[in-house]
Amino acid sequence: MTEFKTQEMTLNMGPQHPSTHGVIRFIVKSDGEVMDRAIPDVGYLHRSIEKISEAMTYNGFMPWTDRVDYLAAMNCNVAYAMAVEKLTGIQPTKRAEYLRVIAQELNRIISHLLAVGSLAMDVGAYTPFLHTLREREAINTLMEELCGQRLTYNYARIGGVIYDLPDGFVQKTLPVLDRVERALNEFNRLVTDNKIFLKRLGGVGVISREEAIDYNLVGPNLRGSGVKWDLRRDEPYSVYPELDFEVPVGCGEAGVLGDCYDRYIVRVKEITEACKIVRQCFEKMPAGDHMVKTPKKIRPPKGEVYTRVESTRGDLGVYLVSDGSDKPYRLKFRTSSFTAMSIIEKVSHGLMIADLIALIASLDIVAPEIDR
Amino acid sequence: MMTLKNQLPSNIITTKVDQVLNWSRASSLWYLLFGLACCAIELMQTGGPQSDMERFGSVFRSTPRQSDLIIIAGTLTYKMALRTKLLYEQMPEPKYVISMGSCANCGGLFQPAYSVVKGVDKIIPVDIYIPGCPPRPEALTEGLIKLQEKIKREKFLVRSTQQVAA
Amino acid sequence: MTLEEIFKELQKQFSTVPLELVVAKLPAAAGEVAGDSHIIVPADKLIEICRLLKVSDLFFFDCLSNLTAVDWKDRLEVVYHLFSYRHRQHLELKVKLPVDNPTVLHPTVPTVESIWKVANWLEREVFDLFGIIFEGHSDLRRIMLPDDWVGYPLRKDYKEEEDYHGITTTRPKLLQ
Repeated sequence: MTEFKTQEMTLNMGPQHPSTHGVIRFIVKSDGEVMDRAIPDVGYLHRSIEKISEAMTYNGFMPWTDRVDYLAAMNCNVAYAMAVEKLTGIQPTKRAEYLRVIAQELNRIISHLLAVGSLAMDVGAYTPFLHTLREREAINTLMEELCGQRLTYNYARIGGVIYDLPDGFVQKTLPVLDRVERALNEFNRLVTDNKIFLKRLGGVGVISREEAIDYNLVGPNLRGSGVKWDLRRDEPYSVYPELDFEVPVGCGEAGVLGDCYDRYIVRVKEITEACKIVRQCFEKMPAGDHMVKTPKKIRPPKGEVYTRVESTRGDLGVYLVSDGSDKPYRLKFRTSSFTAMSIIEKVSHGLMIADLIALIASLDIVAPEIDR
Repeated sequence: MMTLKNQLPSNIITTKVDQVLNWSRASSLWYLLFGLACCAIELMQTGGPQSDMERFGSVFRSTPRQSDLIIIAGTLTYKMALRTKLLYEQMPEPKYVISMGSCANCGGLFQPAYSVVKGVDKIIPVDIYIPGCPPRPEALTEGLIKLQEKIKREKFLVRSTQQVAA
Repeated sequence: MTLEEIFKELQKQFSTVPLELVVAKLPAAAGEVAGDSHIIVPADKLIEICRLLKVSDLFFFDCLSNLTAVDWKDRLEVVYHLFSYRHRQHLELKVKLPVDNPTVLHPTVPTVESIWKVANWLEREVFDLFGIIFEGHSDLRRIMLPDDWVGYPLRKDYKEEEDYHGITTTRPKLLQ
């Protein structure tokens, strides 16, 4: 038999590609079907949010924070508001904190729904994606009632939130949460316990615990590698200490610890936890104002703070520098997709090209969060 | 003419060639699966079960070579601009462009940004502009219907003969 | 372990290096610095200090949480946010790079890529937007902006170009 000569092949994938979740590009170096490495090329959605912040007032910048991560806009709102509040010493009311948590957790549900749905779609199952979109619509409608927008909420303000709960919101939300949980059961029967799905994701794209920390993976990606770390539990902020919830971690049930399936299952379990948190918030929420009185022009003292919140995709850091004027001097969002993207070059070595899609989807990468 | 029509069996419809072409074009507007930013999520929702763009004969295609319509859903950066133009050029004629959302219309919120193209019409011609940040699925559906109305008014055969004559 | 203890320990290990502890408070009284406390380290000793912070069991800062820069017009500051999962401890380091000499457009600082892998991309971003050169970096290219971009946008003196590849960067206002 003659030996076939092999040589390295360079493939371009993206920026327009059906399963790269927005405008992400990879340069894939492969030998046949097996990749040597996939080099990510980002920046196709760099919208200079950090530069814009330097020209905006503290209150006026809030709409841009939505666009840092449009799937978890509420988390970004809160992260920014918390940074300014920490520097100025404004303390939002208890009710406002609860309202923020409710909005954040509803946001977490819809973001994770899209993540798991599109993961299923990317590995070849289109129907589950439609199921999750259907459930998203129900919560989108609720969010619209609460904040006035379906996607970019612009709900948090420095010192609270802009609106109180609308009439009958609790009565409307509780059945939706039940419905989401029911649909999740259906989804689990359809996808999670599906043998093909388990085989497809188990043992693929393994990220060890040490690697995850070294590359600064956060949130579900870190928990998927077996690190039980959740800012909501371990560095509690807002009213999370009063709430009771589990922190799901991956345990390698489909193959190896830290594979795509572990990251996926953590997200599925977090949806249930988020439903639990929202229900508790409705029970524990005190009456009162949803906003404290703040000066019209917020002028924090000269200084700098770094705050972190547990966003949908993990720990979202806001580094805020103030020079004492009414505009931020420098604002930096430390986002999780950026670091998750940087690990792909390392993990992709030795994977099949088709597994790259599963890897991206399981890391739940969202383009604007990489580029900002 | 009337006599000819009367002689035909009842299951045959007579119409103009232009109308047939426009009708078929308008009722199978396949759009390119191409999302740039926030609006892409609403684009997905529009294709999803509740709004269901397939009612209007619009399904997504993953390659520009098979699509008639490109929906610019989101913020266009300079780094992406030339690629978007390339995608548009790869689409076969006749092709249509919907600019979805404020960012694609004029830069929107990102007018002060250094890296954002202030409106997609700076690089490719646009048929329908949809305002909103992001527009609701209903708004996108409305835009699609407006585009279909526009297509139905077109006169391709006449235009091409004029072009040939000229 | 408090920040003061970390600082004392660092001083003990690096007795010849000029380290500075900035104690900040929230809320700050008059004359105090507001915000987070941090340690200012000189650029030439950054690598040794960071390596000790990561490797030593006492500190064990295994995670570089954030790396960014601030343009203060007369100087650039590179900011490192470290975090230790084992001790649940934060630490903020700063490196000051003077840019008073206009001929030196690109101040340099050594890369910490060899210590934390994530620094590779974070440093590329800072290079892209601030023009700070990270000495010894394996792949210092632009990351956010196109390769042929002119200037460093997050510098305070950045001026936008008139057009980019024939696309004008302004849009006429219709309502005048």
